[in-house]
Amino acid sequence: MSVLELRDVHLTYRTAAGPVPAVRGVDLTVDAGQVVGLAGESGCGKSSLISTVLRLQPKSATVAGQVLVGGKDVQTLSWSALRAVRWGEAAVVFQGALHSLNPIQRIGAQLVEPILVHDREATPRTAGARVGELLSQVGLPARYADQYPHQLSGGQKQRVMIALALTCDPQVLLADEPTTALDVMVQAQVLELLTGVAAERGMGVLIISHDLSVLATTCHKVAVMYAGRVVEEGPAREVFEHPRHPYVRALARAFPTIGDTTSRYAPAGLPGDPPFPDHLPSGCPFHPRCPEAVAQCPSVDVRLWPAGPGRAAACVHVDGAEVHGAGLR
Amino acid sequence: MSTEPPSVMLSSRAAARARRGAALRRFARSYAAHRSGMAGLVILGLFALIALLAPVLFPADMLDITKTVQNETLEPPSGEFWLGTDEGGRSILAVLAWAARASLTVGVAASAISMVLGTLVGIGSGHYRGLLGSLLQRLTDWFLVIPFIPLVVVLAAVLGQRGLGTIVLVLGVTSWPGTARLVRAQTLSVEGRPYLERAKALGGSDWHQMVRHVLPNVMPLVLANTTLTVALVILSETTLAFLGLGDPYLDSWGTMLDKANGAGAASTGAWWYLLPPGICVILVVLAFTLIGRALESVLDPRLGRD
Amino acid sequence: MAVTSPVATELSDDSTPGGGSGGLGRFIGLRLLSGLGTLLFVLLFNFFLFRLLPGDPAARYRAVKNISAQDLARIRDELNAPVMEQFWAYLRDPLALQGISAWKGQPVWDLVGGRAWPTLVLLGTSTLLATLIGIRVGIRAGWRRGGSFDKVSTGVTLLFYATPEFWLGLLLILTFSSGIGPFPSLFPSGGVIDSGIEPLSMAGVVSVAEHTVLPAVALAAVYLAEYSLIMRASIVDELSQEYLTTARAKGLMDHVVRRRHAVPNASLPTITLIFLNIGFIIGGAITVETVFSYPGLGLLTFEAITEQDFVLMQALFLVFTVSVIVCNILADVAVAVLDPRIRT
Ligand SMILES: Nc1ncnc2c1ncn2[C@@H]1O[C@H](COP(=O)(O)OP(=O)(O)OP(=O)(O)O)[C@@H](O)[C@H]1O
Ligand SMILES: [Mg+2]
Repeated sequence: MSVLELRDVHLTYRTAAGPVPAVRGVDLTVDAGQVVGLAGESGCGKSSLISTVLRLQPKSATVAGQVLVGGKDVQTLSWSALRAVRWGEAAVVFQGALHSLNPIQRIGAQLVEPILVHDREATPRTAGARVGELLSQVGLPARYADQYPHQLSGGQKQRVMIALALTCDPQVLLADEPTTALDVMVQAQVLELLTGVAAERGMGVLIISHDLSVLATTCHKVAVMYAGRVVEEGPAREVFEHPRHPYVRALARAFPTIGDTTSRYAPAGLPGDPPFPDHLPSGCPFHPRCPEAVAQCPSVDVRLWPAGPGRAAACVHVDGAEVHGAGLR
Repeated sequence: MSTEPPSVMLSSRAAARARRGAALRRFARSYAAHRSGMAGLVILGLFALIALLAPVLFPADMLDITKTVQNETLEPPSGEFWLGTDEGGRSILAVLAWAARASLTVGVAASAISMVLGTLVGIGSGHYRGLLGSLLQRLTDWFLVIPFIPLVVVLAAVLGQRGLGTIVLVLGVTSWPGTARLVRAQTLSVEGRPYLERAKALGGSDWHQMVRHVLPNVMPLVLANTTLTVALVILSETTLAFLGLGDPYLDSWGTMLDKANGAGAASTGAWWYLLPPGICVILVVLAFTLIGRALESVLDPRLGRD
Repeated sequence: MAVTSPVATELSDDSTPGGGSGGLGRFIGLRLLSGLGTLLFVLLFNFFLFRLLPGDPAARYRAVKNISAQDLARIRDELNAPVMEQFWAYLRDPLALQGISAWKGQPVWDLVGGRAWPTLVLLGTSTLLATLIGIRVGIRAGWRRGGSFDKVSTGVTLLFYATPEFWLGLLLILTFSSGIGPFPSLFPSGGVIDSGIEPLSMAGVVSVAEHTVLPAVALAAVYLAEYSLIMRASIVDELSQEYLTTARAKGLMDHVVRRRHAVPNASLPTITLIFLNIGFIIGGAITVETVFSYPGLGLLTFEAITEQDFVLMQALFLVFTVSVIVCNILADVAVAVLDPRIRT
C-alpha cells in the first residue's frame, strides 16, 4: 500500500523576475515500510518537491498535480483536515536542523507540542514520558528535554529533529538531507536509526541526499532528479551500478565505490553547471552537459520510460523511449 | 561607428561611468516601484516648490507686523485671507509658506552635519581596531542613551543666542549617533570582504582603504538613513521652537505653533492658526520618512519595509 | 514500546551540554559595569555642558529674592573658582544635592522631588496604553505582511509617527476642553488634580485620572506608532525563520504558531528597541506637560528654560539621563532573563 503518492506534481515560484518552475511533473510513490531515496544536484527541486507534501510551500508558489498522503490530496484538503495530516500522518526532518528548532523554547516543550495537538488522550505527563523514550531512542539522554537548542551540537540537534518527526508515529517520514551536518560515523548511525525505526513501525521513508553511497546502502528504491524532473528511478543498487541515464552515469562515476568498476580509478566530475529553473535549455535539459547527446536532444522532450524490470529512465538512448512528452509510463 | 564594438572606444573611465549610470537607472526603476516612496517624493517636491516660490507669491512685506496692523487679528479664514490671520494680523498662508524655508533649511543643513559626523565616527570606529576604535564606539554608545530632546533643549538653552545657525548646529551635533552605529556595522561587514583583505595585504593606507573601499559601500545606506534623520530633525526643530528656543525673528512652523499657543489658540478655538503648521510638519516629516524607508528597502530588501 | 536502538547505548554521553550556570549573573554584572561607565561619562558631560554657559552665572542669582545672603555668598565662591576646582567639587557632589534653584531660591532637589509623581503617572499610563495597543497592532500587521490590515495600520502609524505630540495635545484641548465645539469641556485642562483634593483619596484618584487622560492620549498616540513599527519589523524578521515552518508542519493552528513561537522570539529585539527609545518619550513629556500645564518634570524643564535656571536644568537633565540608562539596563537584563541563549 502506498502511503505517499505524487502524481504529476508541478511547483512554480512566482518571483519579481518571472516564474521559476522548480518542479516540473514528478511522479513518485512510497509504500509502507519502504525506504526511497531521492538524489540530484543542488537546486534541482528536491526540497521544493517535499514542501508540497505538507502543503508548506511558500505563498508565492503554485502547485499542480496530486499529492496523496494516505490517499488524501493534501493540496485540496480543508485547513483543519490538513492540520491533522501535518505531523499526524506525515512528518519531516527538515534540511538544516540548525535553525529548525525554536531557539528560546526547551527541547522537551517542542517535542511535547505535536503530541498534545494530535493525540487527544495525551496529557502533559504521558507526553513528557513519551518524549523521554523518543530521545533515548535517538541516542540522547532524556534530560536533554530540559536543554535549549543552542546547547546542543549540530548532530544532537539533528537527532532531536528525528525524534520530533517520530513523535506522532506518522505513516510517512520525509528526511531532507538528514545527515549533511554529521561526520561519517554519526551519519551511518543516524541512517541506521531512521531505517530501523521505519522498518519496525512500517513507515514509508523518503530520504533526500547528495550522497549516493548513502542512498545505495539504505534505500530500496531511488529516484534521481534533474532540473525539476525525475530522470531515472529503480532499485537502488541497480540504478547506481548500471545507470541508464547519462546524468546518473556521471553522478555514479563521482562515487567510485558504488559506480561501475571500470571507472573506479578515474572519478570524473560533471562538466558545466546545473541549469537555473527559470532558464532551462530546450529539449532535454541535460543535453548541454551530456557526453552522449545526439542531434535530436536539443529539440525533444523525453519523459520517463520503462528501462528494464522496475526501472525507468528519461533519455532518447533508452530503447523505445517515446519523445515529445507523449510517452508517459 | 557601428563596425567597431563599443568596448574598444570606451576608456576604462567612461566604462565605469556607464556602469554607474546603469546601476543608477536600475536603482531608479526599483525605487519607482515603491508607491509610498513616490508619494513622499511628490509631497516633498511640492513643499520645496512652495519654499522656493514664497518670496514671489508672498512679498516679504506681508510678514512685517508693522505693515499688517490694519488687518484684523486672529481672523478666521476669509476670501482675503484663505487661512485667516495670526495675532499680528498677518496672513497665515504667507507665514506658512515662508516657514517652509526655515524648516526645510534646518532639516537639511543639520542632517548634513549629522551625516558627516556619523559617517566619520562610524567608519573610524569600524576601521580602527584598538584604542581609537573602541573609544569611538563607546562614544557612540554613550550618546545613544542620552535622551535626545532633553539634550537638544538643554544645549540650545545653554548656548543662548537663538539664530538659525545655532539651531542647525545643536541639531547637527546631537543627531549623529544613530548614523554612526549603522555605519559602524556596515563598515565591519565591508571590511570582512575579500577585496579589502587584498587592499590591506597590498599595504593600502588606512585612508585609502576607508575612502576608496569602505566609503562607497556605506554611502547608499547612509543617504537612506540621512533622509530619515531629516524627518527627526524637522520634528525636533518644531519642538525647540515650540519651547521658545527657536529664532524669534524667523518664522518656522514650530514658532508658529509656539505663538499660536501663546495667543491661546487652543482654548479660544482658533483652529485655523493651529491646524496648518501642524499639518505641514506632518506632511514633510511623513514625506522624508516614506522616502527614507523606500530607499532602505530598495537598498536592502531584507528590511521588509514595503 | 520497547524499541531498541543500536545508537542509543553507544552515543549517550554524560556531559551536560552547553555552558555552565552563572551565565546570567556574569551578564548582569558586566551590564551593570558598562552602565556605570555610561553614568560616569554622563556626569562628565553634564558638568562640561553647563560650563559652555556664557556670562557670569552668579549674576543670575541676584534677582532671586528669597535666597539667603549666606547661600548667595557660597554660590558666588563656587561659581568663581577655577574650572578644575569646580570639577572636583562637582565630582564630590555630582547630584548637586546642595544646588539652589536660581528661579525659586529653593534646593533644586526639593523642586524635582515634588514634581516627579505626576510625570510618573503620565508616562506610566501612556507607556502602558502605547505598548498594549502598539504591540498588538504591530504583531497583526507584521504577521499578515502586505495584507489590508498591514497597509492601513502602517499608513496610520506613519502618520502618527510624523505628528508632534504637543500639536496633538493642542488639538485635544481644542476639541475636548476649550468649551467650544461638539464636546465642550469634557476634560479639564491644566494641572494634575483639582485644588483642595487629597491625591490618595478616591476623589483624588478620579481627579488625577481626569487630568491625565488627554495628555496621556497625546503621548500614547505618537509612541504607539513607534512601538507598532518596531514590533512589526521584528515580526517580519521572524517570518522567514525556519522554526516557524517546523511549527506549522506540526499541525498547529496559525494563531498558535504566532502566539507561541513568533511573538516570543520577536519580542526580544522589541524590548531592547522600545527601551532605547524611552529618551524620546521623556522628550515628548516636556512639550505635552507644557501644553497641558501638567505640573511634572517636563513642565519644570520648560519653566527652567524660560527662567534661565541652569542649576535646575542640570538636575533635570541628570534625572532624565539616569532614568534612560537605568531603563536600558533593565531592558537588557529583562532580555537576558527571557533569552536562554544569553541566560545559560
Ligand atoms: N521561495 C523561493 N522563491 C523562488 N525560488 C525558489 C524558492 N525556493 C527555491 N527556489 C528555487 O527553486 C529551485 C529549487 O530549489 P530547492 O530548494 O527545491 O532545491 P534543492 O534540490 O532542495 O537543492 P539543495 O540540494 O541545495 O537543497 C532553486 O533554483 C531555487 O533557487
Ligand atoms: Mg534542499
